[in-house]
Amino acid sequence: MRAIRIGCGAGYSGDRIDPAVELAEKGSISYLVFECLAERTIALAQKAKLLDPQAGYDPLLEERMEAVLPICAKHKIRIITNMGAANPIAAAAKTKAIAEKLGLHGLRIAAVTGDDVLTLIMEAGPVNTPQPLPGKTLSANAYLGIEPILEALAAEADVILTGRVADPSLFLAPLVHEFGWSTRDWQILGQGTLTGHLLECAGQITGGYFADPGYKDVPNLARLGFPIAEVSENGSAVITKVEGSGGRIDIATCKEQLLYEIQDPAAYFTPDVVADFSRVSIRELAADRVHISGGSGGPRPETLKVSVGYHDGYVGEGQISYAGPGALARARLAQDILAERLQSYGLSELRFDLIGLNSIHGERLSRMDCEPYEIRLRAAGKANTIKSASMISREVEALYTNGPAGGGGVAGSTREIVAIFSMLLPRTSVTHRIHYEVS
Amino acid sequence: MLLREIAHSRTGDKGSIVTISLIAYRDQHYELLAALITAEVVGEHFRELIDGPVLRYELPHLSALNFVLTRPQTQGVTRSLALDAHGKCLGSALLSLEI
Repeated sequence: MRAIRIGCGAGYSGDRIDPAVELAEKGSISYLVFECLAERTIALAQKAKLLDPQAGYDPLLEERMEAVLPICAKHKIRIITNMGAANPIAAAAKTKAIAEKLGLHGLRIAAVTGDDVLTLIMEAGPVNTPQPLPGKTLSANAYLGIEPILEALAAEADVILTGRVADPSLFLAPLVHEFGWSTRDWQILGQGTLTGHLLECAGQITGGYFADPGYKDVPNLARLGFPIAEVSENGSAVITKVEGSGGRIDIATCKEQLLYEIQDPAAYFTPDVVADFSRVSIRELAADRVHISGGSGGPRPETLKVSVGYHDGYVGEGQISYAGPGALARARLAQDILAERLQSYGLSELRFDLIGLNSIHGERLSRMDCEPYEIRLRAAGKANTIKSASMISREVEALYTNGPAGGGGVAGSTREIVAIFSMLLPRTSVTHRIHYEVS
Repeated sequence: MLLREIAHSRTGDKGSIVTISLIAYRDQHYELLAALITAEVVGEHFRELIDGPVLRYELPHLSALNFVLTRPQTQGVTRSLALDAHGKCLGSALLSLEI
């Protein structure tokens, strides 16, 4: 039976590049997908684009393309990625320039746009938006589905650069294209979405984010390989990786990734289908070969999710360490000093953490009965102005000469908060467009 | 003993929602997990860190449970001042439950 092999070359924007090169060289894949857009990434990219109209795509686009384009061109591997971020057209122009520099001619590059709905919702005004928009809106992007990618694949694009597209759609589209599945066959789209969901975090199904020494051991994490799905025409898939690469794929790694970021397993919403993962079957065929089937689904939603990015003030942060006898008492004294000093700066929120003692889950869940050898005090707060927020790191630094004995290793930062909220828009109000470049 | 001895877990996040899977190492321990680790037990374990009720989904054929928790609005991933703004370490705290 005919099978299509798809590899995932990145699970987030800053992901390692060498496993993608390994997939292209040794994975016998037809498609290499890079998933690089977290919830907030596109809002940050939009800000970069405002400063420079040629910016706003993934910061590692250039490095990734230089590494994989020649190999993909040689092995006829098509690339699908959301590295276009806030500026797919500039990303396509950059990719074309890289291809030409590398002597790759005739490469067809598609840029998918239309996910940016900021103008649309701003023009609709507060009355017509599903919920009031926050004061300083920076970006609004609808999650597109497989349709624009299918169109670009049909137009024989070798590289497809999108902005916001639902992560599993990046993987589902080439399957629908190759097997000619109906875009209304909810069962097969649900199964294909399952494969996309399992692959979209790259190393998280091959043993990344899994190891717990003595309980869940993973071989050779330093050389962790990225996943390949070998998909059959009926949608069932074998998840595997390049032989000899690090990591492990078995029932346990697949179960963890199956449920990752899933709420109701019977209703996983994407623009293409409401997928049902509640009856999935996972079978180990051999070492690092796991068979996945049983995904299903129902009709796609009539609305699209939109992520709205907005300015939400500033965060200031400072940290200082204490060590040796009395470290904890000195850290607590430093905290008291900061609490008093920071009162006058108009901070809207302030928290203190004792790193190594209670910073992650608070006092009740932490083991507080030990006297740590070393402790790191962290102060973090929010303010409406950058000046107020920056007083946190300044006051922490002042603990060197004004605070308890033996403070060391001060670090501080002040940054803008770009927050996200989600809303829904009718599918009919969002229209995609595709722009082509040829090297 | 700790829950960690019979189950493993992974935490995910979407906005102010946190999802925590709990998967039995051995299929025969699923019944025990399902009986002991109710939505109420998880809600009580994380009471200062979450807002509202915990939802639990059962996947007996995978010997797994899936919990959905909501964090306070100010603690969503993009707005939280917490060191672990995503809440990614919550699954490890669940495995520290004494059973």
